Amino acid sequence: MQYSAKVMDHFSNPRNVGELADANGVGEVGNPTCGDIMKMYLKIENGIVEEVRFKTFGCGAAIATSSIATEMIKGKPIDVALQLSNKAVFEALDGLPPVKLHCSVLAEQAVKAAISDYYRRQGVDPLPIVGTLADPHECAGGCCTG
Amino acid sequence: MDSTNRIIYLDHAATTPVYAEVLSAMLPYFCNRYGNPSSNYGPGQQAKQAVEHARAQAATALGCTPAEVFFTSCGSESDNWAIKGTAHRLAAEGKRHLITTAIEHHAVLHSMAALEKEGFDVTYLPVDRTGLVTAQQVQNALRPDTALVTIMYANNEIGTIQPIAEIGAVCQNAGVLFHTDAVQAVGAVPIDVCAQNIDALSLSAHKFNGPKGVGALYLKKGTPLPSLIDGGAQESGRRAGTENVAGIVGLGAAIELATAQLAEKAKKLTALRDDVIHTLTTALPNVALNGHPTLRLPNNVNLSFEGIEGEGMLMLLDMRGICASTGSACASGSLDPSHVLLATGLPHEIAHGSLRLSFGAESTVQEAQAACEALLDIVPRLRAMSPVWGDIITGKKPSLLR
Repeated sequence: MQYSAKVMDHFSNPRNVGELADANGVGEVGNPTCGDIMKMYLKIENGIVEEVRFKTFGCGAAIATSSIATEMIKGKPIDVALQLSNKAVFEALDGLPPVKLHCSVLAEQAVKAAISDYYRRQGVDPLPIVGTLADPHECAGGCCTG
Repeated sequence: MDSTNRIIYLDHAATTPVYAEVLSAMLPYFCNRYGNPSSNYGPGQQAKQAVEHARAQAATALGCTPAEVFFTSCGSESDNWAIKGTAHRLAAEGKRHLITTAIEHHAVLHSMAALEKEGFDVTYLPVDRTGLVTAQQVQNALRPDTALVTIMYANNEIGTIQPIAEIGAVCQNAGVLFHTDAVQAVGAVPIDVCAQNIDALSLSAHKFNGPKGVGALYLKKGTPLPSLIDGGAQESGRRAGTENVAGIVGLGAAIELATAQLAEKAKKLTALRDDVIHTLTTALPNVALNGHPTLRLPNNVNLSFEGIEGEGMLMLLDMRGICASTGSACASGSLDPSHVLLATGLPHEIAHGSLRLSFGAESTVQEAQAACEALLDIVPRLRAMSPVWGDIITGKKPSLLR
């Protein structure tokens, strides 16, 4: 698999691995059938993503996309974190092999799932804010870059 | 390997290095003895003799006569030829049923799929948890309109060796042609096509330290088989194309060497294999062996490590210079993990966490130990990152290993 140096770095030295005991937004996406599962733990305070951790069952690309996604949202306001797109993840990693594009979509969705959970816990309906999450594996060129 | 001296190559099931003796045997046929075997003059006949010598070497290795050996470009071609040729020939007699297994190599499975599109009816025999089919299953599946049974001798992923002689006997009694894809078996286990009741057999040189790009089909004398490749009269008019003389010479030299060293190699590899299996299944929790424990290729280790994914393992091994392979989807580029592992009843997530190590005759105990040490570090590291493993050790979800 031809991975960029950035992907290899985030795979070998993933950032923010683990869980958060006091997380107030937890999202898990993916499924064991296709071999990728990402779980994101957020601690959101005063509208800022103060702390973030992740755990991933998946290939090198899956670990790298979830790792870099945590870096990209840490310390950011919720609405900025919500805007994290798979395209941004892809670019931050200097690209991904076409067959691994769904990993970047999954990372975006893991963040959105965690934020949705945060809103739900606050008693706020996340749907109008976050939207629905499409199946990353059915994303036949629609949302992915290429 | 050229890339670095410190590569530990444990993917011999994928391909093997050409032996120095094999290369020496091949070299004259590139720049010096470059004649076309179909040419009537000296150099042509010299090349022809080399091809016929290799044919005799292959025949000795398989226990058949040279006239029953046909050279092809690879195992996949031999599979396609035997299967499609037989199917097309016997369809004319109203026989449109074919029997195979769920764990065949894609060269067989995709040939079957192509034939299904043409209206053939294919029975894919299921395997048990160790990857075995039984002769009884074959017996039960046979129909008056069965044209062919094709069952691989030994599986490339999980190493399981089928009861070939018994299956062959069932086919013989029923008068049905029995073909076996023996690509992984030749050079690893003793083959005797007569004693094992085999009518057709595919093999590939690059699996037993011969060159890539050459294979063979054994076809029992008197078995009609329409050509896959039409053209000149090479291979007794049955497979056209100017012979890959150097490659064929390499195949002959390699198969002779492999057969001569077979017993000794098997003994050494079996000990290495069993040691690695024992180490990894006892030193780490939630590790399971795939394939049959004893009816198994001497060099094949295939394990599932619960809670983690295979490509990640391969990448971390690669960073330590260790070459292996996996049945995970992520490494194959499709969304499904190995069809072989799924056929043995493994749940998807367990199949994704599988690793295959396949040793060669030159693999050392030190290399096997280095691989084990690497995995004893890699597996816990990936598990620490995995939400699936986290759920298992906290008891939130049960282990899926049986």
